[in-house]
Amino acid sequence: MFRPRPDGAVATIPVEVEGRVVRVPAGASAAAAVLLAGLTSIRDTAIGGGERAPYCMMGICFECLAEIDGVPNRQSCMIAARPGMRINRQSGARPAPSGEIE
Amino acid sequence: MTVDLAIVGAGPAGMAAAVLAAELGLDTVLIDEADAPGGQIYRAVESARETSPKASPLGADYLAGRPLAAALRASAAAYRPATMVWHIDPDGTLSLVSEGRGEAIVARHILLATGAIERPVPVPGWTLPGVMTVGAAQILLKTADLVPEGRAVLAGQGPLLYLVAAQLVRAGAPPLAVLETTPRENYAAAARHFGGLWAGRRDLAKGLALMLELRRAGVAVRRGVRGLRALGRRRVEGVAWEGGEIAADALFLHEGVIPNTQISLALQLAHHWDEAQSCWRPATDEWGRASLANVAVAGDGAGIAGAASALLSGRLAALDAAQILGRIDRAERDRRALPIRAGLARERAIRPFLDALYRPSDTLLSPADEVIACRCEEVTAGQIRRAVRLGATGPNQVKAFVRCGMGACQGRVCAPIVGAVIAGARGVPIAEVGAYRPRAPYKPITVGALAGVEVGPHQIAKPN
Ligand code: FES
Repeated sequence: MFRPRPDGAVATIPVEVEGRVVRVPAGASAAAAVLLAGLTSIRDTAIGGGERAPYCMMGICFECLAEIDGVPNRQSCMIAARPGMRINRQSGARPAPSGEIE
Repeated sequence: MTVDLAIVGAGPAGMAAAVLAAELGLDTVLIDEADAPGGQIYRAVESARETSPKASPLGADYLAGRPLAAALRASAAAYRPATMVWHIDPDGTLSLVSEGRGEAIVARHILLATGAIERPVPVPGWTLPGVMTVGAAQILLKTADLVPEGRAVLAGQGPLLYLVAAQLVRAGAPPLAVLETTPRENYAAAARHFGGLWAGRRDLAKGLALMLELRRAGVAVRRGVRGLRALGRRRVEGVAWEGGEIAADALFLHEGVIPNTQISLALQLAHHWDEAQSCWRPATDEWGRASLANVAVAGDGAGIAGAASALLSGRLAALDAAQILGRIDRAERDRRALPIRAGLARERAIRPFLDALYRPSDTLLSPADEVIACRCEEVTAGQIRRAVRLGATGPNQVKAFVRCGMGACQGRVCAPIVGAVIAGARGVPIAEVGAYRPRAPYKPITVGALAGVEVGPHQIAKPN
């Protein structure tokens, strides 16, 4: 969806988006990495299952919710990309924990 | 921890207020969610790759944020980046989360400098991946040096639309087209504010230069666009309007900015409906003081006036805080405010013209029944209208009926749409319909962060 601009900052930070390594410049958010990786969407909605991707990039809309380093529902546009960060799509509502609650 | 002044938001208003307040001897803390100062307008300004206005695709007005950020870094004010305020108690207690850890501070005075958000643009297809805001494209350019890939269309209206289109041209990614939605009748309404045009001629000249830049770059600009729609199945594939259609890989929408009132509304400060800017804003006096004695609001969060005005209003609020807390007397406050007020009058001169010219069309925020109004809970405008027919009179009731505003964004995006749809359905002004009452936590936090808060005596609940 996005590409580096000519003469732009050098991409030095490797992150994994859906298992694929992409490099982003310092200061980029996890959501920016997702857009650079060319993913169509970052999540399926909990209600209708429709695909969504980042919309506002400034922490307002929560469309960029993603699984980051194993933790779901992170607001990826507000989280700086860090070396080795794993960013994954998330699907629908979080499954209820299995087993009895004591 | 107790401080004299806590400022929320490190944009131009918050930075300027923090620097001056610290200079006046106030023990000041500036809290901001981002990793670096600047707010949205000066986002990542410290790390701008090109620092000369000629070389930077973002231009001189953006780089003007650099000295302000440097002044903040050099200031005695405590700057707390990457910190989210999730609750403010009227007694002055601010609850924070930073790096997953909770914390509370108590402030004798609070300044909200939470800035603006983009007005939602609920056109058919606006939830499709590949449809974003114009501001989002600019943030990607500022923070990550990224530009849209393929055919990009910018649609809507307002100064930011042309600015970002020109910035993309300079960054080597000229948009395919700019579709301007300014209603034709706005031109006549704006012409009535001709007096302000002369005072604001510098801003006007900048706007005209941007349009010329687009023309030279061969960007197609279409005016008077109505009935905008995003087309596509799994992602945006095109843009259509009354009488036209083009294939596109990305669509960026913009219909101006509105105050970010999430915290001011949650604090239940008095707000009023600003007819000229079509938005709610907190009621403030000439110093930015709000309806709670210990709370003030500065910058675009108190009404849209732009970055230069925000900086000045931040300084006024800092002077007032210093007077309230006994660091300077009234006479000194008033004397120091004089040149600031003169600057504010200059900066605000063009606003009535811009507000009238870029007033969103009446139908924009009250879309057809099948259009999604609340993106989080996937509630359509039609469902909201049905709730009104069943007797819901305002946003908070409609929320209980159909769950709009109850999702992850807590109504930040849909609030203006829900208000307009209800007002339209009831046939009353939006002012009468009211606004959502947001609640803490202002953003979702983990129980772990909550559990980590150290509780001081001031926080132990009083039995009532
Ligand atoms: S893209 Fe809107 S909150 Fe992240």
